[in-house]
Amino acid sequence: MIAIIDYKAGNLTSVKLAFDALGQANVITSDPAVILAAERVVFPGVGAAGSAMRNIKELNLIPVLRSVIASERPFLGICVGTQILFDFSEEDEGTPCLGVLPGCVKLFRPSDPRDKVPHMGWNQMSIQRRHPLLQGVADNSDFYFVHSYYPEPADTTDIIGTTDYANVKFAAMVGRRNMAATQFHVEKSGRVGLKVLENFACWNGTLNPECSTLGLPPC
Amino acid sequence: MLTRRIIPCLDVINRRVTKGVKFKNNVDLGDPVELAARYYEQGCDELVVYDITASAEHRPIDIDMVRGVARAVRIPFAVGGGISCLEDMSRVLLAGAEKVSVNSLAVKNPTIIAEGARAFGAQCIVLGMDPVRTDDQARCPSGYEITTRGFRERTGLDAVEWARRAEGFGAGEIVVNSVDADGTRQGFELTITRLIADAVRIPVVASGGAGCSRHLRDAFVEGHADAAIVAGMIHSGEYTIGRIKAELAADGVPVRKSA
Repeated sequence: MIAIIDYKAGNLTSVKLAFDALGQANVITSDPAVILAAERVVFPGVGAAGSAMRNIKELNLIPVLRSVIASERPFLGICVGTQILFDFSEEDEGTPCLGVLPGCVKLFRPSDPRDKVPHMGWNQMSIQRRHPLLQGVADNSDFYFVHSYYPEPADTTDIIGTTDYANVKFAAMVGRRNMAATQFHVEKSGRVGLKVLENFACWNGTLNPECSTLGLPPC
Repeated sequence: MLTRRIIPCLDVINRRVTKGVKFKNNVDLGDPVELAARYYEQGCDELVVYDITASAEHRPIDIDMVRGVARAVRIPFAVGGGISCLEDMSRVLLAGAEKVSVNSLAVKNPTIIAEGARAFGAQCIVLGMDPVRTDDQARCPSGYEITTRGFRERTGLDAVEWARRAEGFGAGEIVVNSVDADGTRQGFELTITRLIADAVRIPVVASGGAGCSRHLRDAFVEGHADAAIVAGMIHSGEYTIGRIKAELAADGVPVRKSA
C-alpha cells in the first residue's frame, strides 16, 4: 500500500489517479497509523510552504514524517512536499522547515521580464546521477513544473537532476537513501512522469541494485 | 529551456465537444474524454475544457466529465464555464483538474480570484478574458475592452488594466481570447496578446484564431505568449499536435518532445 499524505495542502487527486493507472493500491490519508504502516509514502503538496508547515504541525505529522524518512521505506516528495524537506524556505516571509535535507528554498528573481514567475510548464531535467527512480528515463526529458520557489541543496551530492530557469540551475530532483523528491509534478508529467512513479512503486528504497518494474517501456 | 505550451481547447455542450465561430453555428465533434485522450496521446502539453453552456443554463459543471478527463490524461488541465463560487472551484479541483478558469464571474466579483488563490494556490486560478477592439480610448486606453457572457456584453473595462488588477488579486495565469480573432483561423490577435504579456509577470496564454503552426510561432515570438490554445485546426483533423510541434521546432520554437 502506498500512503499519499493529506495535509490539506492542495489537491491530491492527480497523484492518486496516477497510481490507480499503474494498478498500485494507494490511499489518501492523514492518519499517522496508516502512514506508518504503509510500504511506501508519498508527500505531495501544492500551495505555500508556510501553510504546509502549519498544517503538518497541526496534524501532528512531523514525527511521523521523520520516522518514515529515518526508516528504509521508500519516500517520495513532490513540489511543496519537496521544498519543506529542506531547512528553510524564503516563502511567507521566511518559513523554517523540516530540515531533513540541508539547504534552503529560494524565490526566482528573473532579470528578464519575459521569464515569468511562477515557472510554469514543461522543462528538461539534466540527470546528474543515476537513481533507481530514473530507470528507463532519458536524460533531458521534459517534466511539468509549477513553482515560484526552488530548492538549493547545501550538499550537492543530494542533487539527482537539475533544470535551468531564469538564469538559475536549480535542483529539480533530490534524494538521499530511501528519500527521493521532485520539484516537478511527476503525477502530471505524462508518460515519463508515470515511468518515474512506476519505478517508485517498485523501488526497494536503496540506491542499488536497480529494481524490477511493472513493465512500462522506457521513455 | 522552458518550452512553449500547446493547449487544445474543448468547448463542451451537453457532454459533446463542439466548435463554432464566435460562439455560433456549433458543430458536434465528439466525446470530450475521448478527444482529451487523443490529444494527450498526440503530445499536447495541457488541456482546457469549457462547459460553455453551464453558466447560461444555471447548472453546475459536469463533474463526471471532469473525472473522466482526469482519468484519461496524465497532464494538467483547466476547467471553465459554470464556476460560480469557491465551492465549484473545489469540486472541479478535487475531481482532478489542475486549474479553474474564471471569466465573467471575475468581472462581476473580482475578489473571487483572491479567494480562490488563497484557498487553492494562485497556480490554480486562471483568468480568462475576452477582449474586443474598441475606438473608445477614453474608457479603454489600450484600445481593447473586456466583454463577458460569451462576447454578449461589453463592460467598459480596459483589457490591460483588468489584466494588471487580476494579477494583483492573485491570478496565476491569464488566457487572452480575442473576440475579433476567435474562430477565424486567421491568426491570433498579436497586439493585445503582447500588450498583456508585457504588462504582467504571470504566464499569458494566447487564444482565438489559430489556423496553422506559423500562427503559434507568431503568438510566442511576436505576441510574447507563454502558451497558445488551438481548437479548429486540430478538431478538423488538418493538424495533429505532433505536426504543429514539428513545424514549431523547425521554426526555432522550443517545444516539448512529444510522446
